[in-house]
Amino acid sequence: MQMQTDKNDKPIVRFEKVNKAFGDLVVLNELDLEVGPEEKIAIVGPSGSGKTTILRTLMTLQKPDSGVIYVNGKPLWHKEVAGKLVEADEKHLRKVRGDIGMVFQHFNLFPHMNALRNVTEAPIYVQGMSRKEAVDLGKDLLSLVGLADKFDSFPSQLSGGQKQRVAIARALAMKPKVMLFDEVTSALDPELVGEVLSVMRKLAKEGEMAMLIVTHEMGFAREVADRLIFFADGNVVEQGPPAEVFDNPQHERTQAFFSAILRH
Amino acid sequence: MGFDWNFVLEIMPELLKGLKTTVNAALVSFALAAVMGLLFALVRRSSIKWLAKSMDGFVEFIRSTPLLVQLYFFFYVLPLYGIKLPGFLVGVIGLGLHYSAYLSEVYRAGIDAIGRGQWEAARALNFSPRRIWVGIILPQAIPPMIPALGNYLVAMFKETPQLAAITVLEMLQRAKNIGAETFRFLEPITIVGILFFLISYPAALLVQRLEARYANANR
Repeated sequence: MQMQTDKNDKPIVRFEKVNKAFGDLVVLNELDLEVGPEEKIAIVGPSGSGKTTILRTLMTLQKPDSGVIYVNGKPLWHKEVAGKLVEADEKHLRKVRGDIGMVFQHFNLFPHMNALRNVTEAPIYVQGMSRKEAVDLGKDLLSLVGLADKFDSFPSQLSGGQKQRVAIARALAMKPKVMLFDEVTSALDPELVGEVLSVMRKLAKEGEMAMLIVTHEMGFAREVADRLIFFADGNVVEQGPPAEVFDNPQHERTQAFFSAILRH
Repeated sequence: MGFDWNFVLEIMPELLKGLKTTVNAALVSFALAAVMGLLFALVRRSSIKWLAKSMDGFVEFIRSTPLLVQLYFFFYVLPLYGIKLPGFLVGVIGLGLHYSAYLSEVYRAGIDAIGRGQWEAARALNFSPRRIWVGIILPQAIPPMIPALGNYLVAMFKETPQLAAITVLEMLQRAKNIGAETFRFLEPITIVGILFFLISYPAALLVQRLEARYANANR
């Protein structure tokens, strides 16, 4: 059963019976999931429940054991050959993956490049943008995330919050249709969380890009998401408008989880 | 028989000619080893399993056999199969190949030191595999390797006398020839030692300084 908001005419991402296990640990269990083209989804749930794996299989960092993931109507890990789905090669992955961007928990900025080059490198070398155009774009995006004065700074000279904002600008530069946020504030000192969330809030309001946000920031999830997914044991336990799920969780697991976090 | 400075002056031009050959041999074989070592390291990381394994074996083989045996092999055995190269070239190839096995380990350690996050970010931004290597991984991996590479350059420089075994007229060979002609070994051999020292020692100091620099600069 899928939640459909009026924004979802045709899903930009669709998981179909996707499975993934690490040894005995099942992290995705027959997962079905659709994401609308402009939908903002927050995914919450206990640690180790596979939330991050949803994002990582979608970013092609981890291969699902079985099932099919569609991005913009095209199978991601498969190629259609004579009506059948066969395993995709690197070339196909590169083509389909272009619609997806990702921001990581540990930023993963390129330490040997300054902030501006971190942002311009992919537009230049992947999309073939001219250097001048890329620099203009990079400056715009760094300004958008509030780092107009940090173009020349190297990652080692930036705070965690600033690094994460550069990482967001870097991912935005590729103009993804879907942006994945993998616990992007978990590695930050508490006083730096706000500046990153406010950038994400801005992106969510602007609207066009679908966002999949794995997070522990419940207040933020409630405020920004169109849909909240409570994820546990490899599948969606409960989902709906955030206010509903938070205030009136139907499932026992969800109730237990929320009452556990609200206790402290 | 005392140390004869006039004799030293007399044989100096000959020894310096040898020094030039020695330095050239060291530099050219180092360049070769630097390129091939990287190539070996990349092949060893290849996803084609049999290729990577064969390269592992090849590197292990080279490291487990003496340089001198390898030099003799190239110099005396290959001509039997119609491959006849000048001594200097054989020496440079032999020395370069031998050390490329060691340098491939240096490259491997340097590449392994780059965290998984860098690969994942590069993949998420959809860089081509070539661009990931050239633009992201190697520029981070190579600078910290420079001291280790420098140590191997100094080591190779000191190994060049082995090329004398395959008729390369490097410094030691020339000193021995002088000795054979004049029956005086003291001066030529002493000077050869001093010349090696005058180059090796400052080079080693330079490597130490680079080491300190890369240890501090943790960018």
